[in-house]
Amino acid sequence: MDQVNEPVFTPMNYTYMKKGDEIVKLQRDLFIGFFRSGLLGFGGGPSAIPLVHKEVVGTFKWMNDQEFSDILALANTLPGPIATKMAGYIGYRLGGILGMINAILATVLPTILMMLVLLTSFNQFKDNPRVQGMTSAVVPIVGVMMGTLTWEFLKKSKNGWGWKKGLLLLGGSFIVMELLHVHPGIVVGVLLIAALVFPDKKEKLEIKMKEKSESL
Amino acid sequence: MIYIQIFIAFFIPSIVGYGGGPASIPLIEHEVVSRYDWVTTSEFSEILALANTLPGPIATKMAGYIGFDVGGVLGAVIAEFATIAPSLILMIVLLQLIFKYKDSPKVKRLSKIVVPTVAILMAGLTYDFIKTSYTSNGIVQTIIIAVVSLLLLEKWKVHPAFVIVGGLAYGALFLG
Repeated sequence: MDQVNEPVFTPMNYTYMKKGDEIVKLQRDLFIGFFRSGLLGFGGGPSAIPLVHKEVVGTFKWMNDQEFSDILALANTLPGPIATKMAGYIGYRLGGILGMINAILATVLPTILMMLVLLTSFNQFKDNPRVQGMTSAVVPIVGVMMGTLTWEFLKKSKNGWGWKKGLLLLGGSFIVMELLHVHPGIVVGVLLIAALVFPDKKEKLEIKMKEKSESL
Repeated sequence: MIYIQIFIAFFIPSIVGYGGGPASIPLIEHEVVSRYDWVTTSEFSEILALANTLPGPIATKMAGYIGFDVGGVLGAVIAEFATIAPSLILMIVLLQLIFKYKDSPKVKRLSKIVVPTVAILMAGLTYDFIKTSYTSNGIVQTIIIAVVSLLLLEKWKVHPAFVIVGGLAYGALFLG
């Protein structure tokens, strides 16, 4: 996507929030962004990730890919639903406590209300073949969106690490998570600790080794 | 005290459920069906089926509905709070800490080192979505929908909202 090369955005300098009408605008945008991604994410929280990315990095340009990836990585490491952690944190960082509550409500409230109305009124609805057809038609679309986001992150891996190390890290992550079925939370946790603990000059290869030995 | 029970019933799955909302569903079932007997197994599967059909995060839909069923509006609010708040607070504290030291080389390396792992995670999710579609829609429909939506999203830059609404219409007409 074209917004990859946007200048690094630092939310702490988000001074325009100072003016009253712009607080209103920010809160409104937060609501719209998370309302859309909550309402369009069929198949649970994870399917909302590319949609949240589209709103936060694309439409509203609140942060860049790098920051989004940090937030997503940590959201994956910690327990609990991912979509609300993303919404809560992004809302909090942009608009404080109000922004946090706003983004979470926008994510969860519309669908909870739908759920209550549908379960208490007409329960037959979910067995309707048309409704099932609608839900299953959205799955490959979300798959494609996830795929393009994956492609972006593969490119970023290559740009950040170069071919050799990039492939090594990708391959290592693949083996550890997909073949050895080590939980992603543990893998990300080990990598984060490794990045903080290792002295600055050491080669990243050792970090990789650490991750592998941890998984055995 | 019913509200404390509601809190515990949703707090535990949320804090133990690594891997997002869907991972916590069996844990929620354990609490609300086996431990507190609020809903039967078949009621639970009905609620889950509807939660799966509707958009948005699944764990919060389950918490909202069961909380409301057991304890009214306040019950729903408490169940939501127990589901969302603990992990979110942890997340905010940790990320604020990282953000504070964002210029340190270690924290910079931290951002860089997770990118390949996030890429693999996303690739795994992509695979899951495509496989789910293959199972429910068959290979021909999956390819048609995937190719058309790829062109719409990436080539013609259509907003995802329109693509998904289009997909819903297509599904109602041709996959029902």
